[in-house]
Amino acid sequence: MKVNFEHLQAAHCENGVTTNLLKTIGIRNMTEPMVFGIGSGLFFIYIPLLKINNGPAIAFRTQPGLIFKRTCKSLGIPVVRKKFSSRPEAEKFLMECLEQGHPVGCQVGVYYLSYFPKEYRFHFNAHNLIIYGKEGDNYLVSDPVMEEVTTLTSYELERVRFAKGALAPRGQIYYPKEQRVITDDQVRKAIVTGVKRNVRDMLHIPGGFAGVKGIAYTGRKIKKWRDKLGLHKAGLYLAQLVRMQEEIGTGGGGFRYIYGAFLQQAHAFHANDALLDISRTFTQAGDLWRTSAVQAAGIYKGRIGSQEDFNTMGDYLIEIAEIERKAFEALAKIKWHS
Amino acid sequence: MKKEDIPQHDGALNKLTREMVYAVDSNGQYTTALSTGWEVKATALDVAWEDIELRIAAARQKVLNKEASPLLFFMELRLMDTGIVSAYTGFWNWQVKRHLKPAIFEKLSENKLQRYATAFNVSVTELKTMEVHEG
Repeated sequence: MKVNFEHLQAAHCENGVTTNLLKTIGIRNMTEPMVFGIGSGLFFIYIPLLKINNGPAIAFRTQPGLIFKRTCKSLGIPVVRKKFSSRPEAEKFLMECLEQGHPVGCQVGVYYLSYFPKEYRFHFNAHNLIIYGKEGDNYLVSDPVMEEVTTLTSYELERVRFAKGALAPRGQIYYPKEQRVITDDQVRKAIVTGVKRNVRDMLHIPGGFAGVKGIAYTGRKIKKWRDKLGLHKAGLYLAQLVRMQEEIGTGGGGFRYIYGAFLQQAHAFHANDALLDISRTFTQAGDLWRTSAVQAAGIYKGRIGSQEDFNTMGDYLIEIAEIERKAFEALAKIKWHS
Repeated sequence: MKKEDIPQHDGALNKLTREMVYAVDSNGQYTTALSTGWEVKATALDVAWEDIELRIAAARQKVLNKEASPLLFFMELRLMDTGIVSAYTGFWNWQVKRHLKPAIFEKLSENKLQRYATAFNVSVTELKTMEVHEG
């Protein structure tokens, strides 16, 4: 059994799942950047004290699930979302969805995701993919970060849907409930909501660990890592930062580019040239994130490693924080006409 | 990033797929292109795995020295912390920590050992001996 479905690759899993699921209900003009922007996907948080894989806990995106939820809500699309405690129930519900012709989004853990290369299989539970059919014992899988579709046996799928640990998926399934037509006016409003919410998250979130303040905070922390952790461990921490920043499924530098693309596409709905200027500022931020990653790589490869090198690294983040602060302040000042 | 600057290096993901990347074209318009990988990123992943290998070796030595139970070795091997082990086995966090002591681990019932073995995807014999046969 196979539901009518078109696989399109994306840079980030949840964006891709959202975009591709919206296509199944007839909404074809929602691109990955639009979904990311309307869902207010850009974020930064450094969680002190918490350790992930023996390194710092840093995220460059909003909480998993929010991009889909917010995008659908902003566009007035009803959503079905279910978690399960029973594995047979979870599979039964999945089969029912497919029989009714709904491709569905599933949250999964990557540790047991058999088609991923071993090097990528950490206990990360917020990956997203689409199931769009079943042939024999194989579920048909559209993983948006991949060029091509793939399959998982029913056992393999159950194992990843019920991965354990932080952000355990608990068999979570979600999809837009019914066919919809959205108007340009709805899109215009959704863009405004998405931008305002992202301004709030990046500029006004309380505490010093998140948003643009969190980026500068991390920069100041990095300058102390060499003394505090020793060169070897400080290098490992920087490698973790880069992985969180540039890896598929997370992406930090990449997220800035997607946001830049969003602002360009938003310009088609709101003819305000400030959006194009701010888009360029995000490109600049993304470029600087990448430059900082090159600096970090110099340290974890052992090519450089003086305190001066750590200072440079920290200063990159402090500079990025300033660029992103200005960009979001400019977005906050935009006069929207709708 | 300009489209022509998108790195096309080697990376672990390359065996599976190329990644989609957003970049600007010569007119400053955002577009997408595929990348085979970026050396900076690939090295970050290599560094993480080198550290994991070191941790596994150190854990094995600790078990051989009777400073820790085989649980420690399997936790490093399967990249798990006590929280993840607790979630997969149903033991409490404090129980897992207690079972890390060799004397206590040795007295565990077959049933409890089986719960750990299942979580680590090995047999009870492999769990006790740290000799894992994987394809």
